[in-house]
Amino acid sequence: MTDLLELTALELGAAIKRGEITPTQAAEAALEQMEETKKDNAFVCITAELALDRAKTVEAALARGETRAPLAGVPMGWKDNICTSGIPTTCASKILTGFAPPYDATVVERLERAGAVALGKLNMDEFAMGSTTETSYYGPARNPWNPDHVPGGSSGGGAAAVAARSCWYAIGSDTGGSIRQPAAYCGITGVKPTYGTVSRYGLIAYASSLDQMGPLARSAADCAAVLDQIMGKDPRDGTSLDVEAGELLGGLSGDVRGMKLGIPAGCFGEGLESEVGKAVLAAADVLRSRGAELVELEFPMMDYVVPTYYIIAAAEASSNLSRYDGVKYGWRAEQYETLTDLYQKTRTEGFGMEVKRRILLGSFALSAGYYDAYYKKALQVKGLIRQAFDTAFQACDLMLTPVAPTTAPKLGESLSDPLKMYLSDIYTVPVNLAGLPGLSMPCGFDRAGLPIGAQLIGPALGEGRMLNAAHAFQLETDYHTMCPAQRGGRAK
Amino acid sequence: MNWETVIGLETHVELATKTKIFCSCTTEFGGAPNTHCCPVCTGMPGTLPVLNGKVVEYAVRAGLATGCRITRYSKFDRKNYFYPDLPKAYQVSQLYLPIARDGAVAFQTEAGEKMVRIHELHMEEDAGKLVHDPWLDLTRADYNRCGVPLIEIVTEPDFRTADEVIAYVETLRSILEYLGVSDCKMQEGSLRCDVNLSVRPVGAKELGTRSELKNLNSLKAIRRAIEYEKTRQIEVLEEGGRVIQETRRWDDNKDATFSMRSKEDAQDYRYFPEPDLPPLRLSEEYLAGLRSSQPEMAGARKARYMAQFGLPACDAEQITREKALVDFFEEALALGAPAKEVSNWMLGDLMRRLKDEDVEARRMALTPGNLAALIQLIEDGRINRNTASKVFRAVFADNTDVVEYVTAHGLEQIRDAGFVSETVKKVLEEHPNSVDDYRNGKEKAFGFLVGQVMKALKGKGDPQAIHQVLKTQLDRG
Repeated sequence: MTDLLELTALELGAAIKRGEITPTQAAEAALEQMEETKKDNAFVCITAELALDRAKTVEAALARGETRAPLAGVPMGWKDNICTSGIPTTCASKILTGFAPPYDATVVERLERAGAVALGKLNMDEFAMGSTTETSYYGPARNPWNPDHVPGGSSGGGAAAVAARSCWYAIGSDTGGSIRQPAAYCGITGVKPTYGTVSRYGLIAYASSLDQMGPLARSAADCAAVLDQIMGKDPRDGTSLDVEAGELLGGLSGDVRGMKLGIPAGCFGEGLESEVGKAVLAAADVLRSRGAELVELEFPMMDYVVPTYYIIAAAEASSNLSRYDGVKYGWRAEQYETLTDLYQKTRTEGFGMEVKRRILLGSFALSAGYYDAYYKKALQVKGLIRQAFDTAFQACDLMLTPVAPTTAPKLGESLSDPLKMYLSDIYTVPVNLAGLPGLSMPCGFDRAGLPIGAQLIGPALGEGRMLNAAHAFQLETDYHTMCPAQRGGRAK
Repeated sequence: MNWETVIGLETHVELATKTKIFCSCTTEFGGAPNTHCCPVCTGMPGTLPVLNGKVVEYAVRAGLATGCRITRYSKFDRKNYFYPDLPKAYQVSQLYLPIARDGAVAFQTEAGEKMVRIHELHMEEDAGKLVHDPWLDLTRADYNRCGVPLIEIVTEPDFRTADEVIAYVETLRSILEYLGVSDCKMQEGSLRCDVNLSVRPVGAKELGTRSELKNLNSLKAIRRAIEYEKTRQIEVLEEGGRVIQETRRWDDNKDATFSMRSKEDAQDYRYFPEPDLPPLRLSEEYLAGLRSSQPEMAGARKARYMAQFGLPACDAEQITREKALVDFFEEALALGAPAKEVSNWMLGDLMRRLKDEDVEARRMALTPGNLAALIQLIEDGRINRNTASKVFRAVFADNTDVVEYVTAHGLEQIRDAGFVSETVKKVLEEHPNSVDDYRNGKEKAFGFLVGQVMKALKGKGDPQAIHQVLKTQLDRG
């Protein structure tokens, strides 16, 4: 079975198509591995029976030749903020305990149509607020490479599960780095696509103008295969773009000759761990060896990206999370006197510390007398950040930066100093503010054996170019093929 | 001291689109609780709004008809507050860039024509409603109304009297009905007004402190609330007090306004741009298309009725005052009834019935087809005008088919010439004095004899035929 677990999603899909492995075998292997790696706390809800039923259904569809999608029958997982009909969807929050939506997210519909076999719901920071998956109501997830370390966040459960080989890919969400950063910390590949290319219908909102779903997987090619299924216009999401989809996997040539790779000097300075910086720059050299041209860039807005992000994200969150009031679904305080009391007690009991912090921050930024100084100003800076990227992409085709200043921190380190945690988002949040595609790929290990990630940033709708560069890098290197067990990590 | 009252109006109008503003649920009024809703309009986690294009069209039409500038690039904003009838805990509305601004509405008052400026017109979603159950001592939420599209039309503080406010509301209602964008039923809440009122010494430039009056469910309530509140504020000021800025609720039963909340406990709605809806960009072609297809409004229609059908100005005015009457009139014409006849029936018998039975024109049962049939019966000589009037009265309330009614009640005119002639002969024999009077030049006697013949024919005679036969027999004798 080890062999089966070592396949990429595309390899497994191809083996299933050839009849060498059945979807049921794949699902059983994944469920077994999930049991082995249970201590990682990657899943908050395991739907084993449904998965096995589903595997049978896909098997039958394959036998009848009804599905040709490259990932049909491949087991995967959903971040717990993605609505799955009839299956608990809680955003890892007490306030949504018992909530099972009566509808599927658009991504769920699309991937199921393509033969996805879902194993369950993945752990995350509560309402996707956090960089470590420690704010989960269900307890922290752990990094498969070293259980004393966090897997990153907020899609930490997905990153941990893929790295630990208990599923082949996961769908996460990325508001300020929540796919890319845990992918980096766990040594896998993750993509946040251009804002509007993947329907947000059914993604429980954190910050609507920044949220975007995307894949966490073992390779850039796997990510391309998933994106081919989930990208494209959705009439149920007014912000979704009318884009051509389905050509990413076929477009992976590995040819990067003549491609201009921008290296923003400001991203390799103060605050960046030297091991991380070295590994990322080494990745640039790998791409150069395949014919890419390196271009030094200035990126002027770096001092402003984190405050801008936290004002906008918190402001939107304060409004998006107001609906959790104990009236309609989820947690309701047991004892209350008046309506206001019901609201206060429900929300006091139902939300965790980090969520409350951001609701308060956001409510303040939107309140009368402060709106202009904070929210409006942040929107203006957001516009400037977009412009700065526009300028940068006149000089290059893609940008390369670190994903995070460090490798995965130890459990408990981050929450004691939230400001420091927020600042560690510096390389990922500008991508969300500008609505651009970003990709995280493994590019080395630090002395402690923890993975290091490099980030590629593309211009709007530049997913093809970005994935192709990552694919080229993965043709030259084997970081993405390594799993914790091979390097003495926990997963077997 | 002499005081001047200054009033501004905020009018919420439910749009008559088939589906809600952000989902495809029906907007139909009523329905069992929570049957006209879906995950989107109940704000379930993960759902997203998608703007209904019809709402934009109706809002733009209303903006154009109230002389507004249409905003080519407008946006939605969230108004955040907690209440159980608002399942998302925010209302999607428009604060910063409303769809239409800077309009004006002219209307007639007894003091002449008056114009008020429209500050803005914006789109928003309605909330649900709470149903209090006093027996079980609990409150239930009904989300059927959640997401029903509204426009809010805000005037400048240009009104000075209740008469002006009433005339404006009636004009606005007429405009919206002509556009077909709302059914404007105040009782069902599809047209709701909030009144902002302050007083100041005559001649003062600055506005006084205002109060906002809510829960005004009829024109009568608006008028009484204005009168009450004006008097209350003047009393406060004349006693040396200070009017405080607050929201006051009109109580129809107690005939007074009561404080709901003062400005001090006013909520901070934390408005910000709705990130789930892209900005709304309207092209010049789109606007041109709507401009050129705006329906004919009251003034234009009145002029046309005068020119095309030769109706007198006051008749045309009366018919065009209400869209329901216009629709009735035009439908009857489309069925071939002569304009003049239809107009006469409407302004006479129909108006009288509406008034006597206290029915609104748009709610009456009688159809234009039935009136057209009635007119046809007269033209065909099957009933006379008098009988027709009685038939009208009888069928008005339930729209019984006039032909069936006439047949069932044996009301058709007697057209048997021999029988009429016999009857006339008999009447002349019975009233020799009248015959003599007539022959001695007393014209009045002729009318009496006509009446007697008609009576003998049980009202079913054709007046013209009676005249003729009577005249012939009298002259012959």
